[in-house]
Amino acid sequence: MASKTPIKLTVNGQQREVLVHPRELLIHTLREQLGLTGAHIGCETSHCGACTVDLDGASVKSCTVLAMQANGSEVLTVEGLAQGGELHPVQEGFMQEHGLQCGFCTPGMEVRAYRFLQENPDPTDEEIRKGLAGNLCRCTGYQNIIKAVRYAASKLATEKSREMA
Amino acid sequence: MTTVTESQVRADEQQNRGCSRKRKEDPRFIQGKGNYVDDIKLPGMLHGDFVRSPFAHARIKSINKEPALNHPGVHAVLTAEDLKPLNLHWMPTLAGDMQAVLADEKVAFQNQEVAMVIADDRYIAADATELVEVEYEELPVLVDPHHAMDDDAPVIREDIAGKKEGGHGLRLHDNHIFTWEVGDKDATDRVFDEAEVTVKQDLLYPRVHPCPLETCGCVASFDSINGELTVHLTSQAPHVVRTVFSQLSGIAESKVHINSPDIGGGFGNKVGVYPGYVVASVASIVLGRPVKWVEDRIENLSTTAFARDYHMTGELAADSQGRIKALRANVLADHGAFDSCADPRKWPAGFFNICTGSYDIPTAYARVDGVYTNKAPGGVAYRCSFRVTEASYLIERMIDVLAQKLDIDKAEIRRRNFIQPEQFPYSTPLGWEYDSGSYPAALERVLEAVDYEGLRKEQAEKRARGKLMGIGISTFTEVVGAGPSKNCDILGVGMFDSCEVRVHPTGSAIARFGTKSQGQGHETTYAQILGTEIGISSENIQVEEGDTDTAPYGLGTYGSRSTPVGGAAAARAGQKVHAKAKRIAAHLLEVSEDDLEWDVDRFQVKGVPDQAKTMTEVAWAAYNDVPEGMEHGLEAVEYYDPPNLTFPFGAYVCVVDIDRHTGESHIRRFYALDDCGTRINPMIIEGQIHGGLTEGFAVAMGQQLAFDEAGNILGASLMDYFVPTAVETPQWELDYTETPSPHHPIGAKGVAESPHVGSIPCFSNAVVDAFAHQGISHMNMPHDAYRVWRTIHELGLDAD
Repeated sequence: MASKTPIKLTVNGQQREVLVHPRELLIHTLREQLGLTGAHIGCETSHCGACTVDLDGASVKSCTVLAMQANGSEVLTVEGLAQGGELHPVQEGFMQEHGLQCGFCTPGMEVRAYRFLQENPDPTDEEIRKGLAGNLCRCTGYQNIIKAVRYAASKLATEKSREMA
Repeated sequence: MTTVTESQVRADEQQNRGCSRKRKEDPRFIQGKGNYVDDIKLPGMLHGDFVRSPFAHARIKSINKEPALNHPGVHAVLTAEDLKPLNLHWMPTLAGDMQAVLADEKVAFQNQEVAMVIADDRYIAADATELVEVEYEELPVLVDPHHAMDDDAPVIREDIAGKKEGGHGLRLHDNHIFTWEVGDKDATDRVFDEAEVTVKQDLLYPRVHPCPLETCGCVASFDSINGELTVHLTSQAPHVVRTVFSQLSGIAESKVHINSPDIGGGFGNKVGVYPGYVVASVASIVLGRPVKWVEDRIENLSTTAFARDYHMTGELAADSQGRIKALRANVLADHGAFDSCADPRKWPAGFFNICTGSYDIPTAYARVDGVYTNKAPGGVAYRCSFRVTEASYLIERMIDVLAQKLDIDKAEIRRRNFIQPEQFPYSTPLGWEYDSGSYPAALERVLEAVDYEGLRKEQAEKRARGKLMGIGISTFTEVVGAGPSKNCDILGVGMFDSCEVRVHPTGSAIARFGTKSQGQGHETTYAQILGTEIGISSENIQVEEGDTDTAPYGLGTYGSRSTPVGGAAAARAGQKVHAKAKRIAAHLLEVSEDDLEWDVDRFQVKGVPDQAKTMTEVAWAAYNDVPEGMEHGLEAVEYYDPPNLTFPFGAYVCVVDIDRHTGESHIRRFYALDDCGTRINPMIIEGQIHGGLTEGFAVAMGQQLAFDEAGNILGASLMDYFVPTAVETPQWELDYTETPSPHHPIGAKGVAESPHVGSIPCFSNAVVDAFAHQGISHMNMPHDAYRVWRTIHELGLDAD
């Protein structure tokens, strides 16, 4: 087997250097080498979105990204959403609106919602549905997830207007 | 002085029964701190991966492990030959059958487990599975269950060939598993012979899969010094798994530790014992190191428990006014290569005999024949209680078929046949006693809410313009809460459930249960039940499940049994604590117990509310100032064996518009009224209903595990198997009525499966109704666009 290669990642704001096999998937590097088990493996074909992380400002399915492809990148996982002990508005939204049940899809949903709201800060319900179409959930029926994203959008907008005032 | 308002304030602060309090489990899940099986990493842990059969039916001529064993990083390759000396190459199923843990001389379904490779990591294990050389000799394949009992059908189970008796009585053929008959056949036949009107319809309930987002897996760790086996695994029923593991391995049950941590959805898929659990455990014993096995999605869809696969014929006999006189049902059940259905032992076809539904049908007969085919085993109660989904589908479709034949409105025919509220408790002709219900009120409320009359007018107007619009109604009854141990057991263990609660000196509490949440929110709901009964805030009650070392024995979570059985155990355990607390309070206040009254969180002297002891004060006293002769402490254990099952019900309406050129269905409205008895956390109930409706939508509108003639599974990944996204999923409108169960300690019935059971026939009824004016009385699921378009095309409705 090919030998391991060092790569550098900025994960949730911290510089990390890890040795990876050329074929190692980013989800395995995150979960098994860096101990970040928030992102989950649900399908290994990019369909379910449980492994969604943010890579250089884009949502990716980390079960189909090679760790080496991420060399030099900034990665954000669910563990990096809360800042200074404060939940991110997206996390708060999921809790307040009962946007989760078993919690398995939740980290991927949240990381996707985080990026989606930067792309579209004031979405309609229809846009939220499309924006989250890459993330499957088997428990909630999505209705409350949509409400959770709406909650987060509203809270982020309020925070932004406060900052500008 | 205490006023009502003050009591109310205290009650509100407790966030107990009836309150939509936020879930206690959410903070860890939303921050990525859940602890699922694949998150568990033990020192020295190895990884197992299966070599699986490419053929659906083949003899194994030879297995050469050497190339795999020579691969760097591979520690072992286990086959049936390795498991044989341990007598672990076959295991008993929950349904009175035996299942090969690893294929023993032949394979009987595609992707069957043939060997497990154990290696340093999952990549090496996967590589090495490719190096195991298995020589197969293909055998004729049996796919269609209708040909299972043909004279020349290939024999699937050579191990029991010629055996006349199976786990459930006589076998009629080498591929026959059981015949289960209920009801009075002769009386039913007579009613049919004399009936003014009869209808008959074949209904296929296709093979589907629960497909939880987390697949099945385990981490097995054997401690050879102490002879103890610890297995962390994805199980909805960890205690039963411990019993099975002990029986299989011969290790004393006290030295088998099963831990089900957070579970990423179950829906029935995680009830059974799978070969992966057994082989990983054997590997750990053999190698002296922890072994992890986690299946991938293809393995999950193609080999772990499927659901349904019921080939049904329904018949109704009625008078010309649509009053039903009798029901007859004949079912051919395709169980795959091994009968490993997760049913209570006495019910080979589960609770299918609830197929008379919400209707007062005086005479009925149902027969189910189970057969073997070359498909994966299983037959789980996917988000339902043991075949109630199939039963509800049958009756809710058949009543529409009858309505259509008689040209009676589909709501009206239901009104004419409902069991009336005053008839409860109601004994059905197939052996159930329904506890309570109020069916007519539920239907009328829903019809009014959706303006049913208006919808029918709109439909007539649209039909005149060549548009396709369907209105589906479903007025179902569920049967949940398995179950009374006199009716239900798993491997001989009665289906009770348990709660152990301990109030600490400072007034907080820990409670442990024999059930196991897979996302249902037990930590919150149970705490709310206990909080109300004991008089402390749900915030201060820690709920734990899943660890067989600490939790009392229970039968687990499936069949919506947690609230009806575990919740009842919680209420009763709480009441026991409350009773002891009252004695302590009387002692502290120096009055008799009869002089005390309860007010939210305190005992107060009747008429003198200032003379009171709060539960916190009583808890402290329980550890330092108890009445003479009383044991210290404030705790209770309850093993609750319900006197009967519970019967939640609902009335649903679905409105669908169908594009006559593409066959695409647009669910315009779905209005669901559920009655689950006493509601403990309305927010959680609503969430469960949303989820159940969405899974129902998936089954009715797109899911099917299909096979080709060679037994190849067609589409066992999420590329092909339909799991709806937020885009397809309809908007849900919810409503409720509240008819408590008379025999449950707090009247709760259970809810999570009702929306699944009730919605599937509702979707189907809506789609078929869109074609009713064209003389169509039935279309098989799934109603995906292509299949619907085919009907449109055959009818010539897409012309122009």
